[in-house]
Amino acid sequence: MFKKHILTTPEVSSLQRQKLRAAFWFLAPMLLVLFCVAAWPLLRSIYFSFTNTSLTNLYGGEWVGFKNYLTWKTFSSGRTIYSGTLADPAWWNAVWNTVRFAVVSVSLETIIGLMVALVLNAEFKGRGLVRAAILIPWAIPTIVSAKMWAWMFNDQFGIINDMLLSVGLIDHKIAWTANIDTAMLSVLIVDIWKTTPFMALLCLAGLQMIPRDMYESAKIDGVHPIKVFFQVTLPLVKPALMVAVIFRTLDALRMFDLVYVLTPNSKATKTMSIISRENLIEFDKFAYGSAQSTLLFAIIALFVALYIWLGKLDLSGEKS
Amino acid sequence: MTNKALFKKAAFYSVVVIIVLISVFPFYYAILTSLKTGSDLFKVNYFPSSFNFSNYIDVLNNGQFIRNTLNSVFIASTTVIFALFLAVTASYALARVRFKGRRLLLMAILAISMFPQIAVLAGLFELIRFIGIYNTPWAMILSYTIFTLPFTVWVLTTFMRDLPVEIEEAAIVDGATPWVIITQIFMPLLWPALVTTGLLAFIGAWNEFLFALTFTASETMRTVPVAIAMLSGSSQYETPWGLIMAASVLVTIPLVILVLIFQRKIVSGLTAGGVKG
Amino acid sequence: MAKIELKNLIKTFGSTDVIRGVDLTINAGELMVFVGPSGCGKSTLLRLICGLEDITSGELLFDGVSMNDKVPSERGIAMVFQSYALYPHMSVYKNMAFGLKLANVSPQEMKNRVLEAAKMLQIDHLLERLPKQLSGGQRQRVAIGRAIVRDPRVFLFDEPLSNLDASLRVDTRLEIAKLHHKMKDTTMVYVTHDQVEAMTLADRICVLRDGNIEQVGTPEELYSHPKSLFVAGFIGSPKMNFLTGDIAEKHHCHTLGIRPEHLVIDHLDGIWSGEVVHTENLGADFFVFLDLGIKEPLVVRLDGQQRIPLGTQVNVRPLEEHLHRFDNNGLPITLTSNREKI
Repeated sequence: MFKKHILTTPEVSSLQRQKLRAAFWFLAPMLLVLFCVAAWPLLRSIYFSFTNTSLTNLYGGEWVGFKNYLTWKTFSSGRTIYSGTLADPAWWNAVWNTVRFAVVSVSLETIIGLMVALVLNAEFKGRGLVRAAILIPWAIPTIVSAKMWAWMFNDQFGIINDMLLSVGLIDHKIAWTANIDTAMLSVLIVDIWKTTPFMALLCLAGLQMIPRDMYESAKIDGVHPIKVFFQVTLPLVKPALMVAVIFRTLDALRMFDLVYVLTPNSKATKTMSIISRENLIEFDKFAYGSAQSTLLFAIIALFVALYIWLGKLDLSGEKS
Repeated sequence: MTNKALFKKAAFYSVVVIIVLISVFPFYYAILTSLKTGSDLFKVNYFPSSFNFSNYIDVLNNGQFIRNTLNSVFIASTTVIFALFLAVTASYALARVRFKGRRLLLMAILAISMFPQIAVLAGLFELIRFIGIYNTPWAMILSYTIFTLPFTVWVLTTFMRDLPVEIEEAAIVDGATPWVIITQIFMPLLWPALVTTGLLAFIGAWNEFLFALTFTASETMRTVPVAIAMLSGSSQYETPWGLIMAASVLVTIPLVILVLIFQRKIVSGLTAGGVKG
Repeated sequence: MAKIELKNLIKTFGSTDVIRGVDLTINAGELMVFVGPSGCGKSTLLRLICGLEDITSGELLFDGVSMNDKVPSERGIAMVFQSYALYPHMSVYKNMAFGLKLANVSPQEMKNRVLEAAKMLQIDHLLERLPKQLSGGQRQRVAIGRAIVRDPRVFLFDEPLSNLDASLRVDTRLEIAKLHHKMKDTTMVYVTHDQVEAMTLADRICVLRDGNIEQVGTPEELYSHPKSLFVAGFIGSPKMNFLTGDIAEKHHCHTLGIRPEHLVIDHLDGIWSGEVVHTENLGADFFVFLDLGIKEPLVVRLDGQQRIPLGTQVNVRPLEEHLHRFDNNGLPITLTSNREKI
């Protein structure tokens, strides 16, 4: 679009023209690739959700309108039967699971991350070592950490049961990942363990931008440390924190791999991503799964729009 | 030192110790398990009781695992090189050239990096089938671009924006074209940023699971995360925990070493990508 | 040799006019200094000549050839930046050779030209160093050297001394003056906000204000015949005294200007008298601040040897031929016919 622009503005000098022409050619390959791997597949997925395409016959689908989302049939008896994703209890269960997971994990990660960051922001011997240590959970692939924790959560031979039994917190061994009451808890524990370091490091970066003399003047004035935290520290790290929270929330809403490995087939932890992939690939309900993935996309888009609108966030960093 | 100060100090250090213990323990326990075989596996130990490397020997002798590792290395490096190649020039345009719609473009790129991967899965599946690269490494290389490319563009744009304007202008006066400015002036100045960005993108590609799971069919084509996820016996009670832990440790150790070496750079890269408020 | 002509040059950023129709001719081989307060457009004007900014309208000619559509490297210019803008990853030699390399100069000639320039600037022993291993003054020389090797028709300086400390600034100023004498064929344009730099270096000075030219002339012309109140106040240090009200009316003008060095203490014929409220001893000069009962104190320059204690009542007399009269628009009043009457 800017190529056209430069051709119609004669007063743009040759240097500017050269730069704009270069910018066009520099951006074109990236935009083309992003169109191929992001925009086009997204549009096709949305299109599939309005057809009855199946995995075995990708091009044989016919347009069915909103049938995959919601449709109803009224019998002569007067009874109405709803079908489609929006009438599917399994879908709503997944939505509820995902939202619950996102809210709990992100808020706990933020709070714990901030606390860890406050500890790391203090000066003490071996701080570099501690910072390196907390990076380890972040560096471990999700699948690997899921497996590691699955073993620790093992009902018969797991170390978690052993620890809790010896301390006396539980009186019998618990099947953490299989039990419907504890499955979500174990997923949350692993996710918090794995992602809190990321939050802590982002918070730490925010904290380190606060000038030291600010604390010193507060100290001289005799302000209570807790008051300093709420009136000086928190407002100053808030912008950084807000951005970190939205990134983490988006990540949590699309969560797939941890649940897939740690608690497979548990109704208590199935997320939106899990259930759409099941339908897409495993149950040969390709179009139905597409409808679910499209709904997930819509939910996330809505959330982002809301967040940007409410927070008046400047994510592009252009203004700073 | 008064008693109160001493107590405070002790409390502080115990918090530090707890943080470190919780961070490191699962990995430590994985190493511990990987060194056990047979019935030893089913005894809970907190300290090393045996040093039996047979799990590692089994994993490495199993041709499949090495094949999977090579797949992962090939896929992750190709993806990163491809992404960096496109991102360096694109981020110059985004950081250094004023044009209409630049902000919008930046936001769009950020939005793509936040895409739920499942939303494009159906369309990508069709595309990959159509090109005929299903069940080949190219399927992953293509699909990973959806998150590595926006990420590298985004991070490099923030780094590139911080380079001094006058250096670029001096180069322009010296007769440098935008291409020369990028390759001969900015790239040498940005190489630490390039290493960091590349490393982060590499870790992302190395750890990816959903696409790798969906776009591979045969065991030989799997990447490491998929291979580890699938390393299981016929029933839950036959899970070869020793083998899984050995494989996990093997794929994690290079990452942990990389992360420890590049610790500071990674933090700066994460902050550039995440927080720039 | 290049004669630079600016014809009704206009530059706007968005809706703000930065340069509002500048007409100026810079003679070949001359050193022209653009001076003015910050925000006056002097740097923008330099960047328009350089080609780093687009010309919104008007024309820029080098030797009669339009430069409007030429990129900087095609204009035969070289520029020394305020921050030196050396390439941090290249050695001094490579920094200086970069432009020649891009212009496909043969390696042998490149080497000769770099060495020649380096010798001239006495940086030939630093060629293998990186910019970060150099002192501020050395960096400045490298930046100048990088410009010299290009053998430019036009040499541009954008506040090149403002990052140096005071003593180094004087030395480098001298270097640049020497350079100008050596490079007789090269037209130089120099931007500064410091009028001392302007006075000492310039063949001619162009005083800018709010995107317009206030006055162009030799340092002497600007000093003795300022064409506006603004120029009169801007050129000269310490500033010219401005007197308004009754005192000015007696001289048939709105504002009366008199430089501190054109006031004489004269107890008999002094027409203005006041109390000494402050003194400044600069060694060679001794400045006395007199309270005449108006807003600003009157500054009088005396020889370094003279001393007047605070609180003394002093009479002063202005040197009649050095009085500057301005009307209420800040324009000078020529009173050749009236002068006899006073």
